[in-house]
Amino acid sequence: MSEFRISRRHFMHGAGAIGASGLLAGASAPALAAGVTLGIVYVGPRDDFGWNQAHAVAIKGLKAVAGVKAVEEENVPETDACAKSMESMVNLDGANIVLGTSFGYFTPFMVDLAKKYPKVEFRHAAPLWDGSKHPKNLGSYFGYLNQAHYVNGVAAGLSTKSNKLGFVAAKPISSVLSNINSFLLGARKVNPNAVVQVIFTGDWSLPVREAEATNALVDAGCDVITCHVDGPKVVIETAEKRGVKSCGHNASQAPLAPKGFLTGAEYKWETIYKIYADKVAKGEPLPNMLAGGYDTDMVMNTPFGAGASEEARKAATAAIADLKAKKPIYVGPLKDNKGNLVIDKAYDNYDPYLDQMNYLLEGVIGSIT
Amino acid sequence: MSDGVIATVLIALLGGAMRVSTPFMFVALGECLTEKSGRVNLGLEGTLVLGAVTAYATSYHSGSPWLGVFAAGCAGASLGAIHGFVCKLPRVNDIAIGIAMMLLGTGIAFFFGKAYIQPTAPRLESLSLGAWTGDAKLATALQINPLLIVGVLIALFMWWAFANTRWGLLIRMSGDSAPAARAMGVSVDLVRFLATAAGGFLAGVGGAFLSLYYPGSWNQGLSSGQGLMAVALVIFARWNPLRCVAAALLFGATGAIGPALQSVGVTQGYYFFNAAPYILTLLILIGSAGSKQATREAPGELSITK
Repeated sequence: MSEFRISRRHFMHGAGAIGASGLLAGASAPALAAGVTLGIVYVGPRDDFGWNQAHAVAIKGLKAVAGVKAVEEENVPETDACAKSMESMVNLDGANIVLGTSFGYFTPFMVDLAKKYPKVEFRHAAPLWDGSKHPKNLGSYFGYLNQAHYVNGVAAGLSTKSNKLGFVAAKPISSVLSNINSFLLGARKVNPNAVVQVIFTGDWSLPVREAEATNALVDAGCDVITCHVDGPKVVIETAEKRGVKSCGHNASQAPLAPKGFLTGAEYKWETIYKIYADKVAKGEPLPNMLAGGYDTDMVMNTPFGAGASEEARKAATAAIADLKAKKPIYVGPLKDNKGNLVIDKAYDNYDPYLDQMNYLLEGVIGSIT
Repeated sequence: MSDGVIATVLIALLGGAMRVSTPFMFVALGECLTEKSGRVNLGLEGTLVLGAVTAYATSYHSGSPWLGVFAAGCAGASLGAIHGFVCKLPRVNDIAIGIAMMLLGTGIAFFFGKAYIQPTAPRLESLSLGAWTGDAKLATALQINPLLIVGVLIALFMWWAFANTRWGLLIRMSGDSAPAARAMGVSVDLVRFLATAAGGFLAGVGGAFLSLYYPGSWNQGLSSGQGLMAVALVIFARWNPLRCVAAALLFGATGAIGPALQSVGVTQGYYFFNAAPYILTLLILIGSAGSKQATREAPGELSITK
């Protein structure tokens, strides 16, 4: 049935093409010869103090680069709607590269689009691309945010009086667990008595339960709170209201906690997007997989807030230097919190073994089931 | 489990009831009033969200959170008035209109709310009722927003007014038997219109609580279905305002179970504990559904086949 229906976008495209051909006789559609047009689709609002904002901040930086045009669309659900948005970016805006920033955009939507538009590059912000299955004009990019959470941990470990740190987490998937474990290892590096207490809320955006979780952690004696949820706004604000310190996640939440903010783990998507824009402009092929951490300038920490002491700032800055020098975070032997040996040796920060993380280390109070 | 742990969980439940229940209470009271007059307004989720953003925006621009609360109520009343007016027209189904109003309310709220995600508005202050306990945790749990007290007072008033005032009687009569009300010369449509608008006002105030007190900021996921749950709570409370308050408090308290248990180290099975409010509601509904009392308490004019 859908074949017989002409979508509004298709109609616009057709009508536009007819109009253009009438006016500009033969001028080929939107492909801009010199400039780069980058289309990006967000799943939520661009200013959510979280994941979407981190991307939007990078795009803003990119727009300042000469010859680069960026087209954005926000609040696009992980349905057919994202395919339509991306298609109109290709057809109406002449995007040479389309970025999808939400997990569910990848299959089937971006995979199908990449097949349909082989001359357009598609990139997706999660490590899902598989060279054996997916088209070559599709790819993945992501940042190892756990490195920045490690730095958070260092600052938190020196800022706690109760030695209890609180972590509000959405779901126990490997990237979340890796952030929790890295946060613990950062804290333990400077404070061997530190423990991390985790509360899983069960979903990415549940403001009331996130506030409840933060309150419960503070009631349990935690005096530094951090989180891994989509929009950390509520967690950071609740922590500030309760008079405890906080570390951010995804984007800068510093303005939300003028008293207790230490630092925050942030993506630096700008690095990746500039690489893309640069390569497209030069006509070079884009890498299918682009990922990195501090050593490739793909993650960063929010500038220190009022809550961070001189000592914490120094130690966190030193930790950043270590990471830039590729010093490993996970150095065995380390046990998980059920007593099994899970890290037997020192692992490189990008070791694939760490991507499969399905445990919480000893020192984390919490369970993944 | 040691005594300390049990005490922590109990205090968390108390705190949860104090913090989380107010929006449920206001929406449930609003819906209770509307349904007592013989009409269902499913749009209160939209009213709640619109109330939240209106309150936040008004507080931000005027600097007065209480003005925000009032503005939220007015926004809710206008949505309720639209619902009440449209349902007055012949052959209009109030359930369908309710769903349309829900989408309208959230849509308007998201559209105008874009500009208010980033700014920080003045919030409502809380009353510290727990200072006398000398226990820091208990004192935190007993930080109460004045709106909670207002909600309880409104419930008491509604409960009294339904039974003892002419207006209360008119509302109940419109809800139980429209022909009887018409025979008495009462304009059933006018009663229902006013009841829906007033119900919308209450739901809007509930939204103000969400954005101005707890969790205390505006974003698009703020309500996450609380308005719908509150409408269901009315059935659970069997159209009694006092039971609406009890249901809201119970719902708030059980919602705190998940985070509270994890905070004391009971970390297994948090998905199950997070679902506690729904499981509990289901159990009580099953337990009470069979009683003849329950059928008698439902307003006679409520029907989905109108």
